[in-house]
Amino acid sequence: MTEYNFAYLDEATKRMIRRALLKAVAIPGYQVPFSSREMPMPYGWGTGGVQVTAACLVPEDSLKVIDQGADDTTNAVSIRSFFEKVAGVATTESTADASVIQTRHRIPEAPLVAGQILVFQVPIPEPLRFLEPRETETRTMHALEDYGLMQVRLYEDIARHGEIARAYAYPVKVEGRYVMDPSPIPKFDNPKLNMSPALQLFGAGRECRIYALPPFTRVESLDFEDYPFTPSKAAGHDCAICGAQDSYLDEVITDDSGGRMFVCSDTDYCATRAAQMEANA
Amino acid sequence: MDGLTPGFASPAVDAAHAFRAVLDTMAHPGRLVTLDGPAAPVPCSQAACVALLTLADATTPLHLAGAHDCKGMRDWVAFHLGAPLVGRSEAVFALGTWHALGPLAAYPQGVPDYPDRSATLIVEMADLQANGTRLTGPGIEDAAYLSLPDTDALRANASRFPLGLDFLFTHGAQLAALPRTTKLGDG
Repeated sequence: MTEYNFAYLDEATKRMIRRALLKAVAIPGYQVPFSSREMPMPYGWGTGGVQVTAACLVPEDSLKVIDQGADDTTNAVSIRSFFEKVAGVATTESTADASVIQTRHRIPEAPLVAGQILVFQVPIPEPLRFLEPRETETRTMHALEDYGLMQVRLYEDIARHGEIARAYAYPVKVEGRYVMDPSPIPKFDNPKLNMSPALQLFGAGRECRIYALPPFTRVESLDFEDYPFTPSKAAGHDCAICGAQDSYLDEVITDDSGGRMFVCSDTDYCATRAAQMEANA
Repeated sequence: MDGLTPGFASPAVDAAHAFRAVLDTMAHPGRLVTLDGPAAPVPCSQAACVALLTLADATTPLHLAGAHDCKGMRDWVAFHLGAPLVGRSEAVFALGTWHALGPLAAYPQGVPDYPDRSATLIVEMADLQANGTRLTGPGIEDAAYLSLPDTDALRANASRFPLGLDFLFTHGAQLAALPRTTKLGDG
């Protein structure tokens, strides 16, 4: 571990990110601008998350990285090996054993505990961006707490589709103030954001934004009294491997003739359950 | 520059440990942590010294208030941080006792478009205990308690959310944080 400065980034960059993180924690749900660096991976591969993780890591950490719930996909494996190399930290696939978890688009099924840090990779941090493309305008809308446009959008969904037609990146309101994009996690995961004992940090590298949810912060998914928010997943299936009924499922195509199976998206949760079932059998 | 105390023995790793402790306090208002590190210049506490080494540099204007605005501190800041020394209205960080730091309104409070552009005050305390004022809000499961200097001024600060100052309270090697989101007292 003499080839790199600890955790890759130089110290001035880490201080800049750390200051942004502290302000993000102090203003839950507000997107703090930061001077995102070029990382040795393309945008869209988690450059924001990697910078946040690098600024938070200590040598004693045990790092878990998941991509859509899986520990064994390219993005997860390469980020894990990146930090093994540049920070010398231990890595794990176990949610319970991890002190820092970097995630792309899922929150682990196993409940997070106090002391854990969950780092989200965020592609587009601005929840209002597809409603209003101008940054100057969305910034003013956040400042004025003017979220009517978002409510109209949800209403139009109901008018057209009979329901709020958003399965992921479902907008939330933090502590009754800032509307926040929870990153493209399935809305199934939204309830896990609320009052989590873990610290949740969000890094958007290309868009140069950091935001945060301190532990035990109120996070409500936007909805209407007569159309309440419902966390949803593939209906009518259990996991084909571990039989879980309560986990978020991936649909996997198994052949060319329409064969398919539904399995847990969280590979650690599924493998842990499968191992338990085998031990009990 | 006589008697200049050293900085971190291992800058990257020591700063990483210190930041995790500071992040822990900011994410859990009222929680007390110990910041170990190099000896601090008089009259700075060790916790404040470590916090500054971790967070401040040439890009963060610093205000030294009262007795902390002395030659020893200024030399230490010039050597270890390179932070420009400024008045209250330009400060990103400020260091001093509660009495010397005031009035709070003189510091940048952030602006509606950018509430993060507010100062962080490092308040040197004669005593720091996990008792006294009841704290609730983000980061606190039920309630936390912290011996705070002036609850009226801090309550007024919190009432300006999302604008407002954030505080680090230091005593010896001990550190606690109070972000602007924390509600004080039972009200």
